[in-house]
Amino acid sequence: MATGTEPHPNSGGVRTRTRAAISAPHLRTDRWWLAPAVTAAGLFAFVVYSTWRAFANAHYYSAPYVSPFYSPCLAENCKAMPSGPNADVFGSWWAISPAIIILVFPLGFRLTCYYYRKAYYRSFWASPPACAVAEPHAKYTGETRFPLILQNLHRYFFYFALLVAGVLTYDTVLSFRDPHERWGHMGLGTLVFLVNIVLIWVYTLSCHSCRHIVGGKLKHFSKHPVRYKAWQFVGRLNAWHMQLAWASLVSVALADFYVYLLASGVFDDPRFF
Amino acid sequence: MSGYTAHFRVWRGDVEGGGLEDFKVEVNDGEVVLDIIHRIQATQAADLAVRWNCKAGKCGSCSAEINGRPRLMCMTRMSVFEQGETVTVTPLRAFPVIRDLVTDVGFNYQKAREVPAFVPPAGLGPGEYRMFQEDVDRSQEFRKCIECFLCQDVCHVVRDHEENKAAYAGPRFLMRVAELDMHPLDAAEAAGLDRKRAAQDEHGLGYCNITKCCTEVCPEGIHITDNALIPLKERAADRKYDPLVWLGSKIRRRPAGG
Repeated sequence: MATGTEPHPNSGGVRTRTRAAISAPHLRTDRWWLAPAVTAAGLFAFVVYSTWRAFANAHYYSAPYVSPFYSPCLAENCKAMPSGPNADVFGSWWAISPAIIILVFPLGFRLTCYYYRKAYYRSFWASPPACAVAEPHAKYTGETRFPLILQNLHRYFFYFALLVAGVLTYDTVLSFRDPHERWGHMGLGTLVFLVNIVLIWVYTLSCHSCRHIVGGKLKHFSKHPVRYKAWQFVGRLNAWHMQLAWASLVSVALADFYVYLLASGVFDDPRFF
Repeated sequence: MSGYTAHFRVWRGDVEGGGLEDFKVEVNDGEVVLDIIHRIQATQAADLAVRWNCKAGKCGSCSAEINGRPRLMCMTRMSVFEQGETVTVTPLRAFPVIRDLVTDVGFNYQKAREVPAFVPPAGLGPGEYRMFQEDVDRSQEFRKCIECFLCQDVCHVVRDHEENKAAYAGPRFLMRVAELDMHPLDAAEAAGLDRKRAAQDEHGLGYCNITKCCTEVCPEGIHITDNALIPLKERAADRKYDPLVWLGSKIRRRPAGG
């Protein structure tokens, strides 16, 4: 370079010898720590709640509602759910909570989601904690190596997430029954399930991998007008990906909690008709 | 609002060392940080080094860090600060300092040279290129870049890890790779150049952990992460990590992504 001040080979981040001699790791004066702190608290609360509910193996069905954490239920030890999303795929050897079988997929989808990656890289791993705030790690390889290179599997989790969203849609349809399996009824739980499934679908469809698959991978939109329209639609959803990620996370937890309250006898489902 | 006196702290020094210097300086209605830096230069520190040109947010010269945030000095209004607030101005902290607020951004020019240029399509001469607007919309967003290098400065991959500069092109130049890969007439693939694979293998796309600081600081409002880096990651995944896409391209005997 013309100036003769090539980057110094020593690793010292913002304190590298050739850079402006400022000892502070950052000079931000705003509350930069607030967003990662709130994110960490929110994600931690969900992890605690979902771990409790996933391993509880109880209070996940109250006709006609099945908790989204336990749907589809794929082991013999599942509760009987008339016309519900049970299939004894894993048989009797599966002794622990059947929620574990299925939760791997939505968990993997959210764990590899581009928004959640930003969220936990910042709030849990401080890489970086906030923009222009020095991170505490001496070395950084990003997503170039195992295990983080596995983030590239996000599209496969997206495919599974579509299947899970399909099953939850079926559960929502079933919620238009009464406790005696008669159709054409609706309760407060039906409303909770409806809101949840809409949020699950818009979050799933707003995924960056979905945006790529429906049209983003194309070089010439003009040759694929339908896929171009689909890409534009997903792009509009994608702009809200963060908000949808949080909204659907809260809604799925609330839907589960609602079923828990019903199943544990805290109150009865208010019926509309 | 009439004028008031502001407290500025401006980093002064060179590669040998330096520090923050205090200034009490007049501020008037409608002024931006660059106006105040110029007033300091005109009235109190004639040898204060600062790089600037257009004063309109279009040349990308006056990049600095204001209260710790990478910003253009000419686009940062003084009205965003409280009157009693101390305003700290330092040079970009990811690049070697030359003097005062001027840094050596040569790293970026080196990275720019490493991105293979547009490959013209065979059989078309200058003036014969025809493209549909929907095919160039994506690339045109990236062409708004004024090369202020604020995104390069804020990216923690090189800001906090000097050793990564050799392997990582940074958001601005990964966006350039994306722009060319999405260009409807770029004939790189026909010429044997796989930009998707090169993004990962040669320009260090895998280092990006999509924490979006580049997007946050972009004065042109380019959605660098959502529209360039993540789509490029997905394209690289097509090439390197998705056996189904690979199989599909073999069966159909044409490259994926037509």
